[in-house]
Amino acid sequence: MDFNFSDEQNMVRDGISRLVREQYDWDTRRAVIASESGWRPEFWAQLAELGMLAAPFSEEDGGFGGGAVETMLIMEEFGKGLVVEPFIPSVVCAGGFLKHAGTAAQKEEYLSAIIGGEKVFAFAYAEPQGRYDLANLTTTAKKDGDGYSLNGHKAVVIGAPWASHLVVTARTSGGQTDAGGVSVFIVAKDADGVSLRDYATVDGRRASEVYFENVSVPGDALIGELDNGLPLIETVVDEATAAVCAEATGAMQVTHAMTLEYAKQRKQFGVPISSFQVLQHRMVDMFMEYEQSISMSYLATIKLDEDEAARKHAVSSAKVRIGQSARFVGQSAVQTHGGMGVTDETAVGSYFKRLSIIESEFGSVDHHMRRHVKLTAAQ
Amino acid sequence: MNLEFTAEEKAFRDEVRSFIENNYPQNIERAAVQDDMSPEDMTAWHKILGEKGWSVPAWPEQYGGTGWTPTQRYIWSEENARVNAVMPLPFGVAMVGPVIYTFGNEEQKAKHLPGIKSGNTWWCQGYSEPGAGSDLASLKTTAVRDGDDYIINGQKTWTTLAQHADWGFFLCRTDPDAPKPQQGISFILVDMKTPGIEVRPIKLIDGGYEVNEVWLTDVRVPAENLIGEENKGWTYAKFLLAHERSGIAGVARSKRGVEQLKEIAQHEMLDGEPLLQDMGFATKISQLEIDLAALEITELRTLAGEQAGKGPGPESSLLKVKGTEIQQRLTELTLEAVGHYGTPDFRSFPADGSNDFPIGPDYAHSAAPTYFNMRKTSIYGGSNEIQRNIITKMVLGL
Repeated sequence: MDFNFSDEQNMVRDGISRLVREQYDWDTRRAVIASESGWRPEFWAQLAELGMLAAPFSEEDGGFGGGAVETMLIMEEFGKGLVVEPFIPSVVCAGGFLKHAGTAAQKEEYLSAIIGGEKVFAFAYAEPQGRYDLANLTTTAKKDGDGYSLNGHKAVVIGAPWASHLVVTARTSGGQTDAGGVSVFIVAKDADGVSLRDYATVDGRRASEVYFENVSVPGDALIGELDNGLPLIETVVDEATAAVCAEATGAMQVTHAMTLEYAKQRKQFGVPISSFQVLQHRMVDMFMEYEQSISMSYLATIKLDEDEAARKHAVSSAKVRIGQSARFVGQSAVQTHGGMGVTDETAVGSYFKRLSIIESEFGSVDHHMRRHVKLTAAQ
Repeated sequence: MNLEFTAEEKAFRDEVRSFIENNYPQNIERAAVQDDMSPEDMTAWHKILGEKGWSVPAWPEQYGGTGWTPTQRYIWSEENARVNAVMPLPFGVAMVGPVIYTFGNEEQKAKHLPGIKSGNTWWCQGYSEPGAGSDLASLKTTAVRDGDDYIINGQKTWTTLAQHADWGFFLCRTDPDAPKPQQGISFILVDMKTPGIEVRPIKLIDGGYEVNEVWLTDVRVPAENLIGEENKGWTYAKFLLAHERSGIAGVARSKRGVEQLKEIAQHEMLDGEPLLQDMGFATKISQLEIDLAALEITELRTLAGEQAGKGPGPESSLLKVKGTEIQQRLTELTLEAVGHYGTPDFRSFPADGSNDFPIGPDYAHSAAPTYFNMRKTSIYGGSNEIQRNIITKMVLGL
């Protein structure tokens, strides 16, 4: 039993922490998310240069021999600064598919470019009708000569406006919700028949509705096994869920600290509002939620490499607990800030908004609770 | 970062598991409420562990501790919870023992530590008073120096299992004029057979007699029973409370409780299916398991910090609050699960000894009394509100 990080991991954490502190202050972020592109490609290039995009990959894949712990450390620091750049879609998701199931040629072509920051991926998996069911797919990929022809509509594809490529889940056989018959493809965003409607998200990011109309992809665009992509998708989505859990812990830590600071400064009835026991206890509850979220983020991260049942059990446990904590911490922070908490001018509102969206990202509390119940019943 | 036990830790687990299997007295089962057990049953395992040298694992080795790492102690409590073992009571082992070896003199150590280790001396805690609960420092029981003795007068309350106690440790006011109430308190050991002590059991909402009022009238105690310095008792009392809180999370026992709850929910039926299959009830169990997992990892993180040399800090307040909330939720759900048969009072069951027509399933008998009894957990050891005050001060810095 060991909760320490290795020297290399501490270096990753310190490096990313410094970068976020120095380059992601509140005013800079505000300007960036209000800009036309909504992100900073130069910041992404800098992450690549520092080797941060390589952190979770093995040496033979062109990385530094890290894994889920490195992702956790990076995402926790990203959460502290509300970094919008697409580490989860491009590195954790697309990088994850390639790491687990990519052929040597696919890794050569795509993984090294993800690590180098030259190619940026988005992960197109959700559909309007599917909620959080990864197998509920109406997007189809039909065999067409040596390749496939894709048709369908993907919902709220985070980071798609910034992406050069997409990882797309599609049905290659079976009925709309069957576990079998699901496959995963790499699609260039500029391929004929791909169209996007881009928009901003409420938490400062960018996303798109993505439409595929008779999009031709070659046979080697398939990642992993034909028709048997669901276990791979579940693995990657669990890794992304653990990553977003880590992001939530970073955001919660700052939200809590910010609230404490505000309560010490804000005076009412002639005294700082931090002297009121009712607010003190609420802030203690926020602290306890945060501490337990850290624990669950560790648990999810540590269990990612265990067998499927243990992994799903831990990830769903973490997402339930952290989803609930994110809601409590975010709401309590706004409440303690009073009127200032509901203005667009304060940072706390942005943290609240990000935490609110994290609650349902890669599955809501209810979704993961149901998965936990089913896994428990199957034990 | 990993949650794996090392090979040595696994070997240790196997060793303690087999010791428990071979030595835990089979006839002793945990009763629904403590006073339903005989004093002999309550101390049986303590005495066996005393002979083995395992009754005070957390103590420094020079006083009889095992030298186990925090991880080994965690394994030890897990393994005991597996068999629902009736563990040594905390009053000697976890409370006064550490105070004596930390602040006591050599005579006091020699006199008292062996009986605590062996389980032959039963201790009780004389802290709370009718007017001094959460505001413990306002206590009024006095100890007045008279030659080589103190004369103690006053009333203590909520004194757990004092009806069986040989000795008690009492907080008494020795300087009524001290500028702050915390400054005039002393920590005194009292032989419970001393004339002038009257123990009056208090009946609790579960029908049991777990706690007592202790009345002290002109109780003459040798001054050599004073721990440390006169008027410095508050320091020792606070030290003790920090010790009391670590381990108060009760993770191992709650894990076992969840398994028992699942077994009950497997037997109880709803619409022809086990209650456990009902999404509503299963969700409550899952929530409990998830919260327990969060508590467990948080406790392991605290243990890891301890292993790295950090003493039990304000994190133990978090463990107390969340641990007791879970213990209480477990008993709520168990009472919910048993349905109708949570209602009969098993203490009133006809004593005809007949099992031909049992009144409800056995597992239902303790559900309501345990639920009622466990309300105490968020009140004792510093109420959960006081724990939040501690975190406010120590962690938030307010």
